[in-house]
Amino acid sequence: MPHPQTWLKPLPEGLFCEPGGFFIDPVRGVERAVITHAHSDHARPGHQHALASAPTIALMAARMGAGAPASTQAVGWGEKLQIGDVTVWLQPAGHVLGSAQICMEYQGSRAVVSGDYKRVADPSCDGFVPVACDVFVTEATFALPVFRHPDPASEIARLLASVALFPERTHVVGCYSLGKTQRLISLIRAAGWDAPIYMHGALVAMCAVYEQFGRRLGDLRPATVAAKADLVGQIVLAPPSAIADRWARRLAEPVVCLASGWMRVRQRAKQGGVELPLVISDHADWDELLATIDEVGAPEIWVTHGREEALIHAAGLRGVTGRALRLIGYEEDAE
Amino acid sequence: MIAFAGLLERLLFTPGRNAKIALMRRYFSTQPDPERGIGLAALTGDLRFAAAKAGLIRELAAERTDPVLFALSYDYVGDLAETVALIWPAKPTNHAPPLLSEVVETLNTTPKAELPGVVAAWLDACDPSVRLALLKLITGGLRVGASARLAKTALAECGEGVAPDDIEEIWHGLTPPYASLFGWIFADAPKPDPLDAPVFRSPMLAHPIAEAELAALDPATTRAEWKWDGIRVQLVSTPGGRALYSRGAEDISAAFPEIVAAMDAHAVLDGELLVVRDGVVASFSDLQKRLNRKTTTAKMLRESPVHVRLYDMLFDGAADIRALPFDQRRLRLEAWFARVQPKRMDLSEQIAFSSIDELAELRLSARAASIEGLMLKDGMSAYLPGRPKGPWWKWKRDPLSIDAVLMYAQRGHGKRSSFYSDYTFGLWRGEELLPVGKAYTGFTDAELAALDTWIRNHTTARFGPVREVERGIVLEVAFDAAQLSPRHKSGVALRFPRIARIRHDKQAAEADQLETLMALVL
Repeated sequence: MPHPQTWLKPLPEGLFCEPGGFFIDPVRGVERAVITHAHSDHARPGHQHALASAPTIALMAARMGAGAPASTQAVGWGEKLQIGDVTVWLQPAGHVLGSAQICMEYQGSRAVVSGDYKRVADPSCDGFVPVACDVFVTEATFALPVFRHPDPASEIARLLASVALFPERTHVVGCYSLGKTQRLISLIRAAGWDAPIYMHGALVAMCAVYEQFGRRLGDLRPATVAAKADLVGQIVLAPPSAIADRWARRLAEPVVCLASGWMRVRQRAKQGGVELPLVISDHADWDELLATIDEVGAPEIWVTHGREEALIHAAGLRGVTGRALRLIGYEEDAE
Repeated sequence: MIAFAGLLERLLFTPGRNAKIALMRRYFSTQPDPERGIGLAALTGDLRFAAAKAGLIRELAAERTDPVLFALSYDYVGDLAETVALIWPAKPTNHAPPLLSEVVETLNTTPKAELPGVVAAWLDACDPSVRLALLKLITGGLRVGASARLAKTALAECGEGVAPDDIEEIWHGLTPPYASLFGWIFADAPKPDPLDAPVFRSPMLAHPIAEAELAALDPATTRAEWKWDGIRVQLVSTPGGRALYSRGAEDISAAFPEIVAAMDAHAVLDGELLVVRDGVVASFSDLQKRLNRKTTTAKMLRESPVHVRLYDMLFDGAADIRALPFDQRRLRLEAWFARVQPKRMDLSEQIAFSSIDELAELRLSARAASIEGLMLKDGMSAYLPGRPKGPWWKWKRDPLSIDAVLMYAQRGHGKRSSFYSDYTFGLWRGEELLPVGKAYTGFTDAELAALDTWIRNHTTARFGPVREVERGIVLEVAFDAAQLSPRHKSGVALRFPRIARIRHDKQAAEADQLETLMALVL
């Protein structure tokens, strides 16, 4: 049985599956790409042919326009395809809508590239399915034992308590347009908030794709056309770059909130002028990373990006070999 | 402890004053006694207990975590207490998080050897936010994002018809957990009586005077004194103790022990704290070296000796003389001074004048940097708390000004957080621009919006929240005085700089040279 390192290779373009002739999440345009999820650092423009889950393909089309792949192939969860000499199938990664783990088997040797993932339940996407393998390729965005994400429901409770305490102000929550936004909306709805949620224009397109795939988000309205007075006491979602900048001047005495796993560390939260940090992450925290390594049972893990040193050290303590791939181009800060 | 930790976390991140008050009000009105009283003491810095050492929490963490992972984590987080709060692998426990009162009580009664076990059990019972508050509290590193004054303001707003000064005036006679204070604010208990404690009294402040008001003054009933550039202080000496307060009610006794030692007669006095060497008042920057210190060294006492110039008398012995006219209080002050002959104090000189014009000349002739201008007081005025309009005026010297080049701009806070509103400006030394100060007031909202747009379009470099801009905007900067300062690269520091005008008519090259400013240093 060939070791995965003989057929799955880190090249400058990204991880290359040699017997299948395709790259996984390549950082520049290639002939054949398999895409884990539609975030811009994983799904780059300019590919000739891309294979991914149906939601990922729809999200890529909505986000890229002319840069979208020339041809695409959507594949359902667990549906096995033969590409060259490799059997390929996708399993949900639980990161954002459509996010997939790429499972590959070649001559009895199995590798799983998990992309970005989380293990905690998320009403806005399908949950992670562990797949036993010989090499598990993992992210390490929050791979330090200081990162233990709290229950997201308790963070939403803090947001709603603040809305109640400051009824004369507008709460503006910074969140990335794909994934975090829709998860926040789902969590806010689950906490019983049925009122309209107002949105920055940059978040609208991704929400429409979620709706198209049956993820109900409730009454969403554009913040851009709403009068200042209409936004008093309301929740507004916007990209992190807008919440403390000129765009936010339209809001009534905004309480600036930011939903991100980085909010766990105070200095980091304070830097951005955030008034209410919400620790809500779409990446696995330290405990989830280790639990996943245990569950998939791989004797070896490869770490794509993040704090690989700590994760490889911790894997070593469990008798699992770790290797840093040092792939270039993935943004660890975007969350 | 949970509610207190939540309050601390929100205060730390909340920039707005009113929002901070709202957070504290909620805490005071929802927490039971004695928790809210202990919390109040923690907010005002009046909590006293035997603090644990930072080494204790380091050892606790070492027992439970892998050293490599701890080191990597500490390196990332950068703060020991926060690292431990986040990394702590809690053992399952049936214990609830401790109450704030329980933490303080336990720290004061537990033998040192038992402390690690006690703290570890607390950490097991808490979530990371509470752990952090706990660790900061017990190691004495608690940083509160609100001043003591703001906490008292929030508490006053919980009561009916209670002003912050009402609390201030009894505060120093009270001790944690302030049961009588909360009883007065929230229930029908009587206002606590501070008895003989050396409590603070709200000082009387002056308004800046305008032309018309100046013309209306009667020289016969107006008293003039120099307005000194030091720190306004209140000296309180009673049979129950002594205290030196800033005008914001902060007890600054510990920073100025020589003044406290000199206050050995029963009285409440109002004056200006100054550094005086051989009878000459030094610049404010000398006094700054003595500020905000919990202790002092013999060297500091020797190199920057302080002195109080007395303006007024509030209590003569036990007698409250605030209702008496200024002239009568002044006589009482002079008599007291002659009798007691206190060290490190003198009387503020009363300036003789017969007309406002004569006064105007005197004001112009005062060149000492330590003089800000004149104080004009109605001889009949009672000593009233706050800033009543009419009885007292301040007539500051006309500001000095320079034309400086905008060099850096920084985002403001709160309402201004989306604007570049803090400006660093510089003067030329040959071809080089040297920063000489920072200002963030003096412009209109419209000017701010225009500057903000210009800055965004002319940025040459970014350093976090700071942008470096092209040399294209000349600012006329007004300031009260220029003083030599070894701490600044330009060697000079400005007192109260503010933007007087935006000089759209000037090119950057036409701005002033550094030597022009140096010539204004006194």
